[in-house]
Amino acid sequence: MADSATNLRALVPPLELRRPKLVPSERGLGGLTDHLTAFAEGRTPRWWWIMFMPAAFLAAVVLPSMLIYQISTGVGVWGNNKPVAWGWDIINFVWWVGVAHAGTLISAMLFLTRQHWRTAIGRAAEAMTVFAVAMAGLYPAIHTGRAWFDWFLFPVPTANGIWPQFRSPLMWDVFAVNTYLMVSTLFWYMGLIPDLALMRDRAKTRVRKFLYGVFALGWTGSARHWHNYEKAYLVLSGLATLLVFTVSSIVGMDFATSQLAGWHSTIFPFYFVAGAVFCGFGMVLVLLIPLRKLCHLEDVITMQHIDKVCKMTLLMGCVMGYIYVMEYFIAWYTGNPYDAWIFGHRLFGRQYWFGGWIMILVNASLPQLFWFKKVRQNLKLIFLIAVLINIGMWFERFVIIVGSLYQDFLPANWGAYFPTWVDIGTYAGTLGAFFTMYLLFVRFLPVIAVSEVKGGTPQANPQHPLGGAKGGR
Amino acid sequence: MDANGKIYGLVAEFDSPAAILRAAEKVRDAGYHRWDAFTPFPIHGMDKVMGLKNSLVGWFALLFGGGAFVGCMAMIWYMNTYDYPVLVGGKPMFSPPAAFVPSYILLVLAGAIGAFVGMIAMNELPRLHHPLFKNHRFALVSRDKFFLVIGAQDPKFSETETRSLLEETGGTHIELVEDD
Repeated sequence: MADSATNLRALVPPLELRRPKLVPSERGLGGLTDHLTAFAEGRTPRWWWIMFMPAAFLAAVVLPSMLIYQISTGVGVWGNNKPVAWGWDIINFVWWVGVAHAGTLISAMLFLTRQHWRTAIGRAAEAMTVFAVAMAGLYPAIHTGRAWFDWFLFPVPTANGIWPQFRSPLMWDVFAVNTYLMVSTLFWYMGLIPDLALMRDRAKTRVRKFLYGVFALGWTGSARHWHNYEKAYLVLSGLATLLVFTVSSIVGMDFATSQLAGWHSTIFPFYFVAGAVFCGFGMVLVLLIPLRKLCHLEDVITMQHIDKVCKMTLLMGCVMGYIYVMEYFIAWYTGNPYDAWIFGHRLFGRQYWFGGWIMILVNASLPQLFWFKKVRQNLKLIFLIAVLINIGMWFERFVIIVGSLYQDFLPANWGAYFPTWVDIGTYAGTLGAFFTMYLLFVRFLPVIAVSEVKGGTPQANPQHPLGGAKGGR
Repeated sequence: MDANGKIYGLVAEFDSPAAILRAAEKVRDAGYHRWDAFTPFPIHGMDKVMGLKNSLVGWFALLFGGGAFVGCMAMIWYMNTYDYPVLVGGKPMFSPPAAFVPSYILLVLAGAIGAFVGMIAMNELPRLHHPLFKNHRFALVSRDKFFLVIGAQDPKFSETETRSLLEETGGTHIELVEDD
């Protein structure tokens, strides 16, 4: 054993070429398991309550009151008007769908491309996806006005005999968002099954044992189970990857198929996917940076992971810059006076000029700081940039939606848009609901995919000396 | 154990993935068929040793997804063309590019459900109890231990010989598991 280890050491490349380890902690399989489950099993820390109480208040008091008031009174309680028929409802819908996208991209697309670093952050990102899509799905359901007729959207036989109109992208949206919610939940839950079994095996109280046991579905870790499980996981990630490209592009088509300057553009599906992934990476950073510190996971979600997410954010920021330039170029190049009017007013209009500048300065310019390694290693700065990206992407949707609507083709149809307290309360309520669910997830489920991370360590590799392999084997 | 209690099999514990892989090779070479390895994560090469064929889960996904795609296309044709045609903006009553999008989305949905249902069905889950759960050391299977079980149903199974085989392979804590 001793000389085989020295032989292997001779093959190790020089320091500057060596890749940092995925899990630098030298804890061994058991120690790693204890470490990764410690937070879900330990006592509830004070910071958790400090974050949870306001979030739960927003989720349990503010959000339901806003919904009850709006549904019982009508969408007139919002700032939506004529000509600005879409306001914060659709802005927040697009924003929440966008937040969701990075989770699927990290967990599914990086799985297919065999990026093993994803194992440490995949679970946390998937949870973000599930909760964000749930929040997104709420908006279209309430903005129909008469929410009790929402079932008309589904192809069910009704007394009036008419069917949904499948030639409309708004109809595709119903399918896309519901599918996204269900597939991402399935993907997240399936990834959780082995870890739920782990929690069941470790549970000290009967209640925990029962609950984790029920949701673990009787998982034993049999090689036959793993065999089918790995195949199903591969198929699910392939299918979930397709959703990264379809959901936001269909949301983009809701806009692109209309006859409105600023919306009627073929770049929209791609634009919305890129924006969604960009915004999602911002949210991943916002969630991961406090999470790794507060749950003491710095040695599993390492600076390496943060660095890689920053680089992805940079890439998407550049794509956003390209799209913004392209939009202005096409507005000028087509010679369409309405397009030129809208795009001119984005930056120099009387009312909403700030939105256009926020788009350019925050979404396209700010991520350029990530070219510098110093910035990618400064957690406080990354956190600040990530929060600003989320705000900037919110303003991008504001600019697209309100900016194109408030000045209709005829000056007689010009107006203005301001949100009401119900708009603001509903948005605050969805933020609260999102963080409530996320905090509950952090508290009761392993935030790191324990079996996946363990499977990626040298101790899990039967060909590696740490995995028990004999020298020369 | 009492005389009328049925035996599920013999369980042996290993400390490393390489150890259980070597043990699995020996058990296979000794001619056993009804045995299984229980591990905290999938182990590379175990499929080959156990002779597991390509999992059928992919076919479940294809069947569900394909069915949903064809079904959704047919549904849209029936609803918007046959049962209650409505002319919208002079667009054709049925146009495949428009019908493709919801059909494709339902393909993804049904394919994902198919993969999940396939995995659950092939693994015979959900199962709230398993004879091995009674073994007090088996809880470590999700942590850092690796278990090899030779089933009593195996024609070659004999309490003494199988036990000595497992001892030979380096297994520890070799115990009899009762069936219930």
